[in-house]
Amino acid sequence: MRGHGLGLYWRLILASMTSQMQYKASFILSSLGQFAATAVEIAGVWALFSRFGNLEHWNIAEVCMFYGLVNVSFAISDAIGTGFDQFGALYVKTGHFDRLLLRPRSIFLQLIGHEFALRRVGRFSQGLAVLAWSIVTLEIDFTAYQVFMMLVTIVTSVCFFLGLFILQATLSFWSVETLEIMNTLTYGGVECAQYPMAIYEGWFRRIFTFVIPLACISYFPVIAVLGIDDPLGSSRLFQTLVPLSGPLFLGISIVLFQRVGVRHYTSTGS
Amino acid sequence: MNAVGAYVAIVSARYRTLLQYRAAAFAGFMTQVFWGAIKIMVFFAFYAVSREAQPMSLAQVVSYVWLGQALLGMLPWNMDKEIEQLIREGAVSYELVRPLDLYAFWFARTIALRTATTTLRSIPMVLLAGVVLPLAGQAQWALLPPESLTAFCVFLVSLFWALMLACAFTMLMHVFLVWTISGEGLNRVMPSFTIVFSGMIVPLPLFPDWLQPFLNLQPFRGLVDVPFRIYTGSIPVADAWPDIVHQVIWTVIFVAYGRWLLQRSLTRLVVQGG
Amino acid sequence: MSQIVVESLEKRFQVAERSPGFVGALSGVFRRRYRTVDALAGVDFRIDAGELVGYIGPNGAGKSTTIKILSGILTPSAGRCEIEGLVPWQDRKAHVRNIGVVFGQRTQLWWDLPVIESFELLRDIYRIPPSQYRTSSRELIDIMDLAPLLDTPVRQLSLGQRMRCDLVASLLHQPSILFLDEPTIGLDAISKLAVREFVKTLNRERRVTVILTTHDMDDIEALCDRIVVIGGGRILSDGTLASLRAKLRSERRIKLELLEPVAFDSPDVRVISAEGATLHLAFDPSVITTASLIKNIAESWPVKDIFIENPPIEELIAQLYAANRVNA
Repeated sequence: MRGHGLGLYWRLILASMTSQMQYKASFILSSLGQFAATAVEIAGVWALFSRFGNLEHWNIAEVCMFYGLVNVSFAISDAIGTGFDQFGALYVKTGHFDRLLLRPRSIFLQLIGHEFALRRVGRFSQGLAVLAWSIVTLEIDFTAYQVFMMLVTIVTSVCFFLGLFILQATLSFWSVETLEIMNTLTYGGVECAQYPMAIYEGWFRRIFTFVIPLACISYFPVIAVLGIDDPLGSSRLFQTLVPLSGPLFLGISIVLFQRVGVRHYTSTGS
Repeated sequence: MNAVGAYVAIVSARYRTLLQYRAAAFAGFMTQVFWGAIKIMVFFAFYAVSREAQPMSLAQVVSYVWLGQALLGMLPWNMDKEIEQLIREGAVSYELVRPLDLYAFWFARTIALRTATTTLRSIPMVLLAGVVLPLAGQAQWALLPPESLTAFCVFLVSLFWALMLACAFTMLMHVFLVWTISGEGLNRVMPSFTIVFSGMIVPLPLFPDWLQPFLNLQPFRGLVDVPFRIYTGSIPVADAWPDIVHQVIWTVIFVAYGRWLLQRSLTRLVVQGG
Repeated sequence: MSQIVVESLEKRFQVAERSPGFVGALSGVFRRRYRTVDALAGVDFRIDAGELVGYIGPNGAGKSTTIKILSGILTPSAGRCEIEGLVPWQDRKAHVRNIGVVFGQRTQLWWDLPVIESFELLRDIYRIPPSQYRTSSRELIDIMDLAPLLDTPVRQLSLGQRMRCDLVASLLHQPSILFLDEPTIGLDAISKLAVREFVKTLNRERRVTVILTTHDMDDIEALCDRIVVIGGGRILSDGTLASLRAKLRSERRIKLELLEPVAFDSPDVRVISAEGATLHLAFDPSVITTASLIKNIAESWPVKDIFIENPPIEELIAQLYAANRVNA
């Protein structure tokens, strides 16, 4: 059964890529636009480091590791999560969600299969370039553990951002009006995870560790990738285990979506 | 309908929409606050370890950030939907039949686009950052009052020209659309540069010194950096006049170029019989 | 046992009221009013396998609410519904395998893909075994004559072509029940005929149960053995077209063509309209039989031709609403 679901996902994704390739000009322009829009962020980081030299304990190459990993991860989740990110406009407003309910497959599978948004290559390539520059500049001899933790960071971050998109989709069953507030968590989350969490105020850090596990999916595992001591004092074991909160967060949002959101829709039809 | 009529109609329509979707407006406001808070914390961290004197004080930078969050909608990052559609569908030539100055008419629409929601959104932002935060004892987070009454008046003059500059540039973006693909490509990429070079991402004085001569010449500093620095006292009132002249000159250049380009593309459309 | 059983089905909605205009928007900041709408107020019917049922009523009558509940999209507030032994909203995935749904306004095909690729995606979504897919798709494509369209992206199809493709798409998994929601809306005359012909064939030859909602009374007359009329959330009438006619109006119609225009007048007959030599007449068969009326007319007037007519179905339904005080 599982394998079959993966097969269908693959089929749906291929179909969405075929569709996107029919609008090549639009694809190229969107990608370029996104590349430029995200590259200005790194211009800001660069300007500040060239003015101030260092950011507390951190040098620019280290910050670029945070920056690159969160951007690469967000670009991946943004590409695979379009069905949830655009859920209100694409499915609820249009009534197209009915069609998904009429098919004998899980709603999650159908929505994640909605589109693989190739235009996110704009942010992805930008993040990847920054990440590559960081790796080269830091001259770390990566151990297998560090490489593993880099993959862990990407996987857990993708889970986390996907979970945010799914929460946003859940909210859009009620109203699409308030969705902009979710941007503080998605785009705002990326914005603040581009810098090491340790530089922020204590209250802010605690919210983004215990309420919304942003620090758990970016800051702590990246410390392990860098192989440095955490100025906040966390242990390696903690840094290795805490990324589990990403998949956990994703699981909770899927359950909320199905149990609360879809149920609300089927009882009100709107 | 004349240009003033168009302006009033659009502004009132936007206010109505904004009030109808008040939850959305509130969510948008909270998003701006959150963004401002992150930026300010990053500056706190950078300034905390800095030993040498910086071109702007931390307090000035904080005020600069809040002003930016309040006036974000003024930046030329998007276009007027109706004008955009008109040009995309090639229906511009019909507009020529109307006995009016098309550029002025669209310019009025553009002012509406740049000001309508900005005014409504900037008020709660200024109240929060300028009144609530100091009252709550968070002075280091606050938007400080302007240097002096004179500075405030000069700031208003400079803000007016920032608006004109933004509208003149938005008009250029509209006209670029006539070149379809390359115009559209330009319009997708340009706003990002505009935002960096306006000072919205990082105040321009904090960029490396060797870049300063270039930054001082380019037009986009007139959008954000000039008015905000006059407000915060980073540009003293006495030295402000050259910067305002800089804003005016670039506005005139953009308007002249936009007019010329619009005229030319319309003539071409007519010749093609489009 | 019936294939579809619906018993005292009810559905209530909460609707937020929004006052219009600028002042309304302002006052809405402070309070919001809700009112309850009874979309369905106790609906009962049974449908047997192989029936072709027209389900009609004005907008807001509860038509689409019923269809949504039957297809498992909506949960009712109260009442029972079983389709082939399954409760639609509880056994969603199992239930939707048995049904096909076509919405006239919305396509289920992938907008930018060739038609055939949409079909193949549906094959994978419904897990249709390859051999079954081959035979059923070939057959459906033949009947609907879709072969020339298969490689065209859906966005380039005309409305009629798209509807034909949508019909095939909804049948690839060989459902035993087909819901058609306004399948002929906006179609040209030829496409309408093709759709009707197809639905008829499907019902007669494959014994697929069809439930059809429509505003097009020609669809109903051409297709339906049975008509269920809904209004104000209740079933107003359930039966054959003939029984609906008999129930509602005893009056019959005659169209009379005379050889020359004359001032027509006859006892027992009401003149509805007269245009030159063509007259539309109405009479009550309980007062005079059709046969003797025709005889009377033929003896007294220069008759060229006589047609016996049924009142148009729209009129019947309007009458039904009036009798039940439902606003159409």
